[in-house]
Amino acid sequence: MEGFGVNFAFWTLSAVTLGAAGGVVVSRNLLHAVLFLILAFIGVAGFFVLLSAEFIAMAQVIIYVGAISVLVLFAVLLTPRAGRDNGETAMALPALLLAIAVATVFIFVVNDTNWTTVAKSPELATAELGTALLSTWVLPFELASVLLTAALVGAIMLVRSREEEAEDALA
Amino acid sequence: MDGIDIVGPQVAVLGGAGLILLVDALFPQQRKLLPYIALVALAASALWTTSWVSRDEYGAAFDGTLMLDKYAVFFYYLFAGITATVVLASIDWVDREGRGQGEYYALVLTTCSGLMFLSASRDLITIFVSLELSSIPQYILAGWGKDQRSSEAGLKYLLLGAVASSLLLYGMALLYGFSGSTLLPEIATAIRDGGEANRSLLILASVLLIAGFGFKMAIVPFQMWVPDVYQGAPTPVAAFLSVGSKAAAFAVITRVFMEGLAPKFLSDDWSMIFAVIAAVSMTVGNVMAIVQTDIKRMLGYSSVAQAGTFLIGLAAISAGGADEFTLGASGVLLFLAAYAFTNLGAFIAIIAISQKLGSDQIKDYAGMWRRSPLLTLALGICLVSLTGIPPTVGFWGKMYIFNAGIHADLAWLVVIGVLNSVVSGYYYLSVARQMFLGDPESEEPVGASPALMLALTAATAGVLVFGVIPMPLIDAARDAVATLAIG
Repeated sequence: MEGFGVNFAFWTLSAVTLGAAGGVVVSRNLLHAVLFLILAFIGVAGFFVLLSAEFIAMAQVIIYVGAISVLVLFAVLLTPRAGRDNGETAMALPALLLAIAVATVFIFVVNDTNWTTVAKSPELATAELGTALLSTWVLPFELASVLLTAALVGAIMLVRSREEEAEDALA
Repeated sequence: MDGIDIVGPQVAVLGGAGLILLVDALFPQQRKLLPYIALVALAASALWTTSWVSRDEYGAAFDGTLMLDKYAVFFYYLFAGITATVVLASIDWVDREGRGQGEYYALVLTTCSGLMFLSASRDLITIFVSLELSSIPQYILAGWGKDQRSSEAGLKYLLLGAVASSLLLYGMALLYGFSGSTLLPEIATAIRDGGEANRSLLILASVLLIAGFGFKMAIVPFQMWVPDVYQGAPTPVAAFLSVGSKAAAFAVITRVFMEGLAPKFLSDDWSMIFAVIAAVSMTVGNVMAIVQTDIKRMLGYSSVAQAGTFLIGLAAISAGGADEFTLGASGVLLFLAAYAFTNLGAFIAIIAISQKLGSDQIKDYAGMWRRSPLLTLALGICLVSLTGIPPTVGFWGKMYIFNAGIHADLAWLVVIGVLNSVVSGYYYLSVARQMFLGDPESEEPVGASPALMLALTAATAGVLVFGVIPMPLIDAARDAVATLAIG
């Protein structure tokens, strides 16, 4: 990670990501918060590109920026009665202090640690990623699919109305 | 050992879950069969585990991400037993609720497979996915009732669980960043080689891991969800949470800290953290339990206090030598098994009684002895065991763990533990006093269905049999712990 271009990109991305994350918390309108969240996701994708992990960057954009953000937007739009107000809360000041404390601890620890770094960024070929997922990490990979199935079954159960369930019980 | 054989017990359980969903969809008239399919699947899972034990085929699998040792086998049996008891205890409630019967049992079985994977995984990624596999179905089950209380329970459990998971991930990311590996043995090697210079990072990672798992263990200060979720969730689900996910969290945290973070300079630090949390959890849990009027809330706070007692065993681990380690960790396992029998028994008795009463208030339990001698006797035995009085299995669990604490020079903690046991005796036994000596509001007998009676008999028999003959259980716990590789 040398050179002006990389440094410039790093600091710009950091500013954008942190600024957007702050915007999520500060913005009063829930829709604005979601839009800031999308910006923060894009910033994180930028970091992955900077680390030569293009595939993960793309996955980040497709899954987080694409799918998850749209889901959040839909959730906001489909709950009209809940209001769009991000709301004031008495906990704002304690939360801010806590966040500052946590950030301080993390910055201290990150500076205090001798990180093992590699001189050259590894070639993270997509093919190798696929091989790893289906060899060493095949177990968590498959477990994730079981997990999604269970979540799907549960989600259907939770959103079904009483009437639908009554019909189902008669069948 | 290869292919499906390695994950056989979990595949049996998950296969059962799939079969249940299919039968429920294709043959809706045969819904009565569903819980029995679940029981058969659990029995098949236990049989599969037994077949390993008889073949003596232990070892790592999937490039080391899964570890089949006696430790995992101990928990496989424990979780199969717990889940079978919960299924039996659910039959009445699910029948009455009428909806989503297949989904309910399928999710219970999915949780069980997640718990099993959790006790066997030796890799941070697998641990995390297994934890979610066991948690997400439980979030749904907690909100199953769909009334306001149950929805609140489900939502609270989900939101706080998500925060805990994110803390856990943070800790795991730090460990990975430091060691360059997610496998516990490799993390242990990295810590031995260069850990001392990076102590601040390792302590922060330990704290985050404790926080993440602490949510599932229900220790202070991660206990806020406990009373509300226990009270709001359907009672069989509350029983499942209080025993299953707690046991799995202790199983995994013991393995992670023993196999991954055990070097002396580090274990001294986290053992101190555990000791302090143990003292606070026991005290807060017990003091809050005294003032409860709802028996499910009382058991919720009491489970926080019990979790504090488990932590004495974890705190004792780092005292040094292999002996103290075995003593501390096997104390945790023994007490987990004891607690599983006892707490399940107590919850099942409560399910039966509150079905009839329609109330969970302790004052309504007055004079229950005259209305239902069997249920009262079983609940009484379980309360005695929770206090830790012989001849019940709870006594051996507590004694073993206190013994480990004394060997580890944690006398102050053991004193706090004993004092807390006395306090807990007050509220456990005052419920028993109400039931045996109080005046009943009506003489109408309180019965229980055969399934409930079977589950209750099994749990209470475990409490008494292992209370009189504890050696098989103690030996199993010691053998299980002896196979952990100390990192």
